[in-house]
This record gives sequence, structure tokens and C-alpha cells, in this order.
Amino acid sequence: MNYFEVLRAAAPETVLTITVLLVLAVDLTALRGESMARRFGTGAMVSIVGCLMASVFTFTQYGSSDPLHGLLIVNPLTDFLKLVLLVLAIFTVMISASGKFTEHVGEYLALVLLATIGLMFLVSAEDLLMIFISLELASLSLYILTAFNKRSARSSEAALKYFLFGGMSAAFLLFGFSLLYGLSGSINLVEIAANLAGKQPDPLLLVAIVTTVIGFGFKVAAVPFHLWAPDAYEGAPTPSAAFIASGSKVASFYILAKILALGFASAAGSAVWHGYVSGWTPVIAVVAALSMVLGNLTAIVQSSVKRLLAYSAIAHAGYMLLGVLANTPPSLSALLFYVITYALTVLGAFGVVAVVEEATGGDALANFAGLSRRAPGLSLCLLVFLLSLGGIPPLAGFIGKFLVFSAAAGADANHLGLLWLVILAIVMSAVSFYYYLQVLKQAYVLNAPEGAPAIKVPPVMMLTLILLAALVILLGCAPGLLLRFL
Amino acid sequence: MLAWTIYISFIGVLVLMLLPREAARAARIIALLTAIAGCVVAFVGAAQLPNPGEVATIIKVPWIPAIGASFYLAADGISLVLVVLTGLAAIAGILFSWNIEKRTKEFFAFYLALIGGVYGVFLSFDVLLLFVFYELTIIPKYFLIARWGSTRKEYGAMKLALFSFVGSHLVLIGLIAAWVVARAQTGHASLDLMELSKVSFPLGFQHWVFPLIFIGFAILAGMWPFHTWAPTGHVAAPTAGSMLLAGVVMKLGAYGCLRVAMVLFPDGVRMWQHEIATLAVIGIVYGAGVALVQRDFKFVIGYSSVSHMGFVLLGLATLNTIGLSGAVLQMFSHGIIAGLLFAVVGRMVYDRTHTRDFNDLQTMQLGKVLPFAGVTFVLAGVASMGLPGFSGFVAELQVLWGAWTVFPRMTILAGVGIVVGVAYTLRAMQKAFYSDTVVPEQSGHDHPLEPISTPERIGAAMLIAASLIIGLFPGLLLNWIQPCLNSPLFERLLKGGSL
Repeated sequence: MNYFEVLRAAAPETVLTITVLLVLAVDLTALRGESMARRFGTGAMVSIVGCLMASVFTFTQYGSSDPLHGLLIVNPLTDFLKLVLLVLAIFTVMISASGKFTEHVGEYLALVLLATIGLMFLVSAEDLLMIFISLELASLSLYILTAFNKRSARSSEAALKYFLFGGMSAAFLLFGFSLLYGLSGSINLVEIAANLAGKQPDPLLLVAIVTTVIGFGFKVAAVPFHLWAPDAYEGAPTPSAAFIASGSKVASFYILAKILALGFASAAGSAVWHGYVSGWTPVIAVVAALSMVLGNLTAIVQSSVKRLLAYSAIAHAGYMLLGVLANTPPSLSALLFYVITYALTVLGAFGVVAVVEEATGGDALANFAGLSRRAPGLSLCLLVFLLSLGGIPPLAGFIGKFLVFSAAAGADANHLGLLWLVILAIVMSAVSFYYYLQVLKQAYVLNAPEGAPAIKVPPVMMLTLILLAALVILLGCAPGLLLRFL
Repeated sequence: MLAWTIYISFIGVLVLMLLPREAARAARIIALLTAIAGCVVAFVGAAQLPNPGEVATIIKVPWIPAIGASFYLAADGISLVLVVLTGLAAIAGILFSWNIEKRTKEFFAFYLALIGGVYGVFLSFDVLLLFVFYELTIIPKYFLIARWGSTRKEYGAMKLALFSFVGSHLVLIGLIAAWVVARAQTGHASLDLMELSKVSFPLGFQHWVFPLIFIGFAILAGMWPFHTWAPTGHVAAPTAGSMLLAGVVMKLGAYGCLRVAMVLFPDGVRMWQHEIATLAVIGIVYGAGVALVQRDFKFVIGYSSVSHMGFVLLGLATLNTIGLSGAVLQMFSHGIIAGLLFAVVGRMVYDRTHTRDFNDLQTMQLGKVLPFAGVTFVLAGVASMGLPGFSGFVAELQVLWGAWTVFPRMTILAGVGIVVGVAYTLRAMQKAFYSDTVVPEQSGHDHPLEPISTPERIGAAMLIAASLIIGLFPGLLLNWIQPCLNSPLFERLLKGGSL
């Protein structure tokens, strides 16, 4: 084993780990007794510089390497995904920078970065143990981030719920992994696939599949493992919720697709209409269908915008699972395009919610009334984000949907066997338009309450939102900019 | 050149967004200049086009190579007709919304975004791009109605938006399926309309995918029984909104039916030809019948739109050159005439009297008080009835002629629809403007109605002139439409395919 090569492969994560220590140290020593704004400003600056330096290392990795036999795989795709995660972390930090929900600035920023490190290791792992460890690192950080608003009982409740569900699903995941190890005698995904190939279908393998799907179904908030999501999104400090919905999703979907497509390659099965073969694709198909239907229908009746975004996230997880189960090279790149643009969009949407919450004291639909008058720039950003989530062209969300749906329909080109799922997805996407429009109706059609003052948007926040909105529009008009990396 | 119609409109949107909030007058002028520029570009571009029978590529650059999508704008004679219509309707709509005082700049920004999207649909020859522009028009429509509309505006706006969205999603399902099948057959992915139109889709596939796409588009064209958004939407919309809805947005649907559904699936059309014609005729008769019994002036025009769009769909279902060219001409003609009718009802009458109820209007002697409005409505009314000399006559005659050879019985029914059309137009004319009901007392309306303003006069004159010119010289447009129908693109549709 060449330690230098390991260090080089893990350079972005290493840089980020040093940044974590630095942020903690700076906040606890130099900034003691300073004003909150100052502490958040400096801490955020250090974190962002750290992320930028780490992202420089993702550029300079050349070619692919696998120094630790599957523990740490580096190739252009993982490098790019790490870059995406770093960008999402930077945006999260920028959204948090104007928050007033905590005094523990150093700890908060450190945890965001720690979660990012976990997610970065996750996309590099092709080894069951490493996957589990990095997933836990990310999850534990996210549980704490959820609980960070100590003044709010809901925040603690949300975190507890998230933690209990998360712990349970981790147990399922570990159980599935142990079965997989027992069946194949290896913890390396490639070897697992090789050892399983050609064997008789084993009932135990099905159990392993189901428990793995449960574990990740929880991470990506797919029905029926979604119960934590609305409460966690609503109760958590908004920037934490934004990171759970964005960064964590990108990495989880990538690794889910990797485990299923790589590790369970021999047990894919088929979810084709009239052509059902047991395996992991039918399981994913059921989960996807349930998520799309339940997520969208429940979102319609929500009055809290954060909960609405949570249910819409569940629905979007359903669409994304279509990209997982299509299981072809174009479907993987479609899935990644979808999940990355979704992450950018939802981060922006949560940013807008954070501002409105700060200014009006709540995130109910009525708090958005007349937003286009009170904060024209902010509501224009909201318009872009929600329309993108609703899949209106030419925004990124539409292109993502089109790519995923066409990849899924094209997976069985001769019989259009997966078209039933695509039709369900498109019908549900038409439904989803209604509730996004409900929010926009508040902002653009209804009038603000009498005498409501204009909303002041902190400059950093406005900059972040404009950047995100510009990215959403740009990636919709020129998706090739992102697609060529995937 | 023609692509600049789209770009100019969106540049106009950007400029309007940058204006300060209170600059209402500047916003109007910028919007008008943008619309005029778009219209001029449309005419110049149309004149420059060498041969309307060919599809002239304007721009074609790869967009998403992985799925074969390109930014492909092109034009043939049929696109030209509709682009010119859009240019005229855009100017007229702005002239008739000169009196918008509430959030003027936002109104015109949404308005121009809608216009830009409409130009885009008519010029796209990549089906994904066409779909993008098609959906792009939904959002401005919604906000124009919900924010600046009148009667039950939020309901009308949401209904319109949801109907449009459901329709476009049906189209999306069909397009994805067609894309997959075409890719499996030709071996490479393409969303280019010209390439897809050469693929022979299996008959069984066409049998279900054609109605999906056709209905998806026809919802927006007001096809019975999916027309219910149209009357409520038109009534709820502000004047310019209903002018655009009836004038160009319904044409988007009909255009999509022809350009996408029918061109891609010629055998599918043949399988469903009679069903389409039946629905079209029901629409004609039903729309006219319902218009006859309305008390609200605007509902009369709203249902008349459903009836007149029925002729477009009937023309499409004939699958012969004369019927199709009648359908395209009817799109143009109805766009002009319906715009004018809505302008009279919404701007000239409702904005002044604040009522559209015939019982109230009867007592106002509007024919005397607003003679210009009366005369305009009479002219628009006779044009709408299909009096020779106006564009409606040529168009509906061609449609009926084309239909007679294919479905004689249904053609007779459609003729009945025309007769009812005469009846409801005369009724509206009489009740709203020339009623001799004796005014009992001067009830509340002591202040005189504001006189018809110059922008209104210009707009009305422009639309009447357009209808007259096309009525007298239909060759101007037919020379664009007919060579186009004889082009290879429509060959399979008109000559009969494998059925």
C-alpha cells in the first residue's frame, strides 16, 4: 500500500477535515466574545475557502485510481460529484450565514463540513463497510444539524424522529449487508457481483435486496420510509433542511444506483408490464410509484411551505428512482443530472423560505402573500425555483424530468415495458403543478396584508439565491454544460 | 430573421423588468414598440422566404445531443400565416390594454413573455423545443388572468392552467413514447420533426399514441368535451388576455394537432378521422347553441370561439388539401375576428359600463352612446357570421367544401351551426347595442361614458382591415398555405399511407 497515493486520492477530504478543525479553533479562540454576525461571517469565510481549496483538488486528480481495493475509488465521475457536493456545501454555508438560530457558530459550520466529508467518502466507496461508515458519518452530522435550534422544541422533536428512523434504517442496511457478505463472501461490490453471478436465485438475496432498499429508501425519503421527512424539514433550521434535501440526496442516490447496478447486477429482475421478474427493479418500481403518488397527493393539502417542499421531495425521489431502475448508462447520467439540478433548486427554495420565515415569523402559505410586492427579487427567484421543481421548461427541472423519463421509457425500447411508470410519473407531475402554483399564487396574485413593510434580504443571501436561480436557468437552457461530466 | 420575433419579445420582457415600478407610460410604449418590431420582423421575414412550400431552416444548433434535441427553428407557409397573425394580435392586444393602470410593467412583461412563447411554438421544428415553448406560455397566461382578470379570475386562471398542463402532459407521454419507438427503429435518437415525420410508426402504436397527442393539443384548441376551460378562461381574463387566448393561444393547440400529431402519425389520423370530425361538429353546434342563451355578453363570445374552433378541427379531420387549407385560414381568420369581438366586449363596453349583463346593457342605448363600438361590433359580427367579403367566409366555406366530400351528413350539421351562429350574433348585437327598450329612469349612470380612445380606434381599424383584406384577397394567405400542403412533409398525410 502506497500511503502517498492514498493521501492523494483522499486529498479533498483531507483538506476539508483540516478546515473543520480550523473553523472550530478559530471560533473558539480568536472570535470569542465577538458579535454573532462577525463570528458567522468569519467562520463562513474559512469554511468556504476550505471548500474551494478542496474543490481545487478534485480538479487536479488525474485519471482514475483505486489505492485501497474499493475503499476509495477515484475517477472523473466521483471527482465531479465531490465538486458538486462541495458547491452545495458552500451554498448551504452562505444560506446559513444570515441565520440567527444558534450561537454555536463553529460547531454548526463544522458539522456541515463533516457531513460533506461523509458524503464525499460515500461517493468514492465501492465497499460495504466503507459505504456504511461514511453514510453514518454524514447521517450523524445531519441528525445534530436538525436539532440545532435549541430554542425550538420542534427542532429537537424533528431531530429525535430523524435519529430514531435513521438508526432503525441503518440497522436494516447493516443486516442486508451482512446477508450479502454471507452469500458472496466479500464486501467489495465488484467481487460480490462476480460471486453472485450464475448462482440460483436465493431467497436470502431477496431479503438482502429489500433491507438494502429500506436503508436507502430512508435516506432518500421514499415512501413508505418517508415518515421522518416532513417533520424533519419543518422542524430543522431551514439551512439544515436545505442540506438534507440537497447534498445528502445527491450522494445517496448515486450510491444507491451503484450498489444496485453493481453489487446486485445478477439480481436485477424486471419491472416491465406483463413481464415481471423478481429482483431489485420491481422493488424499486413499487417504491417509486408509491412515492410519486403519495408525495404529490399529500403535498396538495399542506399549508406549511416547508412541509410542502418535504412532500414534493418525496415525490421527486419517486421520479429519481425511475432513473435508478432503468439501469442503463443514459439513465444513470439522467439520474445524476436530475438529482444535481434538483439539489440546486431545492437549496434555493429553502433559502427563500428562510428569508420569508425570518421576516414574517412563519412559513405558512399566507406568509407568502404579496411577496412580489414586498421583495420583487426574492419572489422572482422563488418563481424560478418552484417552476423548475414543477417541471416547466426551459428550467433545469424540466430537462431533468425529460431525461429521466425518456431514459426509463427507452430502457425497454421494443415493448415500452416501463412506460406504465413513466405515464404515472407524468400524470403525477401534472398534479404537482397545482401545489407549486398555490405558492406562486400567494406571491404574485394575492395582496400583502395592510401595511406590511418591504422585506429586506441580506446581501449574501440574495447573492446566493441569484446564483442558484441563474444556475437553474442556465442548466435548463444549456444542459450540455452539466451532462458532459456525467 | 424570423427568429428575431422570439428574441425581440423576450428582450422586451427583460427591459420591462428593469424599469422602475411607477413608469407605467414607459412600460406601455416599450411593450407597443416591442410588439410592432416583432410584427415588422414577421412580415419582412415572411416576404424574404423564397418558397413557402419548403421548410426554410432559420437556425439549427445541437441542444441536447444525447437525446437528439436541437435548437431548430424553421418556417414554412403555415408557420408564416400564424406568425403574422401573432404579430397583428400582439399589437392589437396592447392597444386595447392601454388603460391598464394596475402594475402596468408586470402586466406587459407577462404579456410579451406569452407572445414570445407563441412565436416560438409556431417556428419550432424540433418537437422538444416546440413543447418547451408551448409550456412556456402557460405561466404568463395564468398570471395575466389571475392578477388582472375579472369575474372569478382565480378559478378561471387555475382551470385554464390545469387544463393546459394536463394537455401538455398527454403530449409529453406521447412524445417520449414516439421518441423511444423511433430510436429503436432508426437506430439513432432524434427529436427533429422532419426526421420523425419520415419514420413509419407501427399501426398499433399509432392507434393509441395519436389520440393521446391529438387530444393533448386539442384541449387547448377548445375541442368539445375538453372545451370547458375556454368560456370561463375567456370571461375571467382581462381584455388583452382574452384577445390573446382566443386569438393565438387556441391556435397553438390546433397548430400542434396539425404539425405534430397529424404529421407524425398519418395512419393514426385516418383511424380516428371520424371521431375527430364528430367531436368537431358537436363543438360547432353545441358552442353556437349555448352562445344563443347566454346573458353575459362575454360568455357569448367565449362560446362562439368554441364553435368557430370546431371548424378548424373539422377542417383538420377532412385530410384533403382544401379542408386543411380552410382550417389554417380559419385559424387566422378566427384569431383576428375573435380578438376584435373580445376587444369590443371587454374594453369598449365592460371597462366603461362595468357590466356585461344583457339586461343592463339593454337599457343603456350603447349604439347611440358609443357609436364606434356599435359599428365595430356589427362589422366584427358579420365577419364572424361568415358574410362574404370577410375572412371568415372564405375559411369556413373551404372547410365545409372539404368536409362535404368526406362526411356529408356532418357537414350539414355544421351548416346548422353556422345558422345558429348568425342567430346568436344578431341577438347579441341587438341586445347590447340596438335595443329599443325604453329607459325607465336614469339609473345611477349620470356620468357620461368615457369616449372611445385613439388606441382603441387604431386597433379596431387594424383588425377589421386585416379581416377584409384576407376576405377579399384570400390568395395572399392561400399562396402560403397551399404549396406547403403539397410539400413532402404533408405527403403521407394527404396521399394516404399504408392504410
